[in-house]
Formats: sequence, structure tokens, C-alpha cells
Amino acid sequence: MGFEVSQNGEVTLVEVEGQLIVGNRQELKQQVLEQLEGGDLKFVIDFANTGYIDSSGLGVLVSLSKKIREQGGELRLSSLNEDLRTLFELTKLDTLFRIADSKEQALEGF
Amino acid sequence: MLELPTDIHSIQDAVEYVMQSCRDCSEQARRLDLNFRVGLTEALSNAMLYGNSQNPSKRVLVEVALQAGRLEARVTDQGSGFDPSTVPDPTTPENLTKPCGRGLFLMRQLLDEVSFNAQGNQVTLVLRLESGGTLEGGVQA
Repeated sequence: MGFEVSQNGEVTLVEVEGQLIVGNRQELKQQVLEQLEGGDLKFVIDFANTGYIDSSGLGVLVSLSKKIREQGGELRLSSLNEDLRTLFELTKLDTLFRIADSKEQALEGF
Repeated sequence: MLELPTDIHSIQDAVEYVMQSCRDCSEQARRLDLNFRVGLTEALSNAMLYGNSQNPSKRVLVEVALQAGRLEARVTDQGSGFDPSTVPDPTTPENLTKPCGRGLFLMRQLLDEVSFNAQGNQVTLVLRLESGGTLEGGVQA
């Protein structure tokens, strides 16, 4: 369980390995906020290797999206599996985020 | 029956333990893996974060039973309880951008029944399993 952070041009890509849950959500928040404070404005969080996101994890994504937008940036999400997409649809968070099928698609034209 | 410390890092292990204990439910795999897993995880998170206010001296009790095709989980914390009717709908436009308040909503969306005791410190989740099944591995059946 962890996060892989890499740079793709101007875009910061964060890949979530395992789960995004109450026990590790603060770690993701801290990593993204550090990049934001360093001047990064474009973020993609990829869930290709993520099994589960709980409501605390969803909350962190909402919070990060708000903070990034306040700085003039954007947070995009990618590679949600069927279960994760169900959680986003139930909570209507699919209307709040731009969600791509893959990280490549999310990075395209960002 | 499990008794857990108020430690958010123990939630996933506890959920995995319960999930592994439910055998012969392959036809219901998705409802178990998504609906029940999410519901139980959210119930434990709420119990530790809000019920017990992350007080490590308080405990959370988890009771799981499977009877007549009803998989039931009861989660009890040692807090003073809350009124679940006061929790707002997180999907309304004014609440959509709030970072909290989705746990109970997800439980209600994904489980067949969600009920609280009068004090509000105990939640009971029910998932109906068409094919039945058994519980193993020390979880109360």
C-alpha cells in the first residue's frame, strides 16, 4: 500500500497502490499538497492498481481537488475499476471530477 | 465476535478477517466484496473516528452472523451515540464538495438494511444473500 509520484511534463502523476482509506489518506494529502506548494498545478491520480477507496479516501480527493482549484490548477482521476466507479456514481462524485479510462488518456492534452 | 482497539490502522485487517470467514458465497461475490466490505469498513471507521473519538482506551465490538441467508454485522462503539437522522445527504449540491459525511450514506446505499440502537452507538448492517453460505474462522455464526 503506497503512492508512486512521478512527473510527466507539467503534470504530477500519483499512482495509488492498494487502497486509499482512512489509514493512509493523510499520506496522499501531504504528498499532493507538498507538490502544490512547490508550484505544481496539474495533477492526475491513477487508480489502476487500487482495490478500494473508502469514504475518507473520497473525502481527501474532494478536499485536494478544492485546494488545487483554489490555486488555479486541476485534479483529474483515472483508471477506476467497476467497484470504484460505482462508489463515485453513488456519491455523485463522478460529476465533480474529470475521470479518464487510463492515465494516458488523463495526461493527454492536460 | 471481534473486539478491536480504537486504531484506524486495524480496520482493514478486521474487515479482511470477516470477509475471509464467509465461505461458499461465490455467487454473491460482488455484493460481498463491494457492498458488505464497504458497509463494514464505514461502520468501523465511524465507530473509531466519531463514536470513540479516536480514544485508544475505548474499544469497538464487531459481531457477525449469517442466518437464513442474512449476513448481519453489528458494530458497537463506546461513545455517547448520535442521531443518524441528522446526517445530511452528501449528494446535494451544497454538500457535494464537503470532505466528510459519505460513510453512512454509502452504508445505506449498499446494504439491504441499516439500523441503529436508541443510543446511536450501535449500527446493524444486513446483506441478504440469495445462495446462503456459512461463516468460518471464529466469527460468530
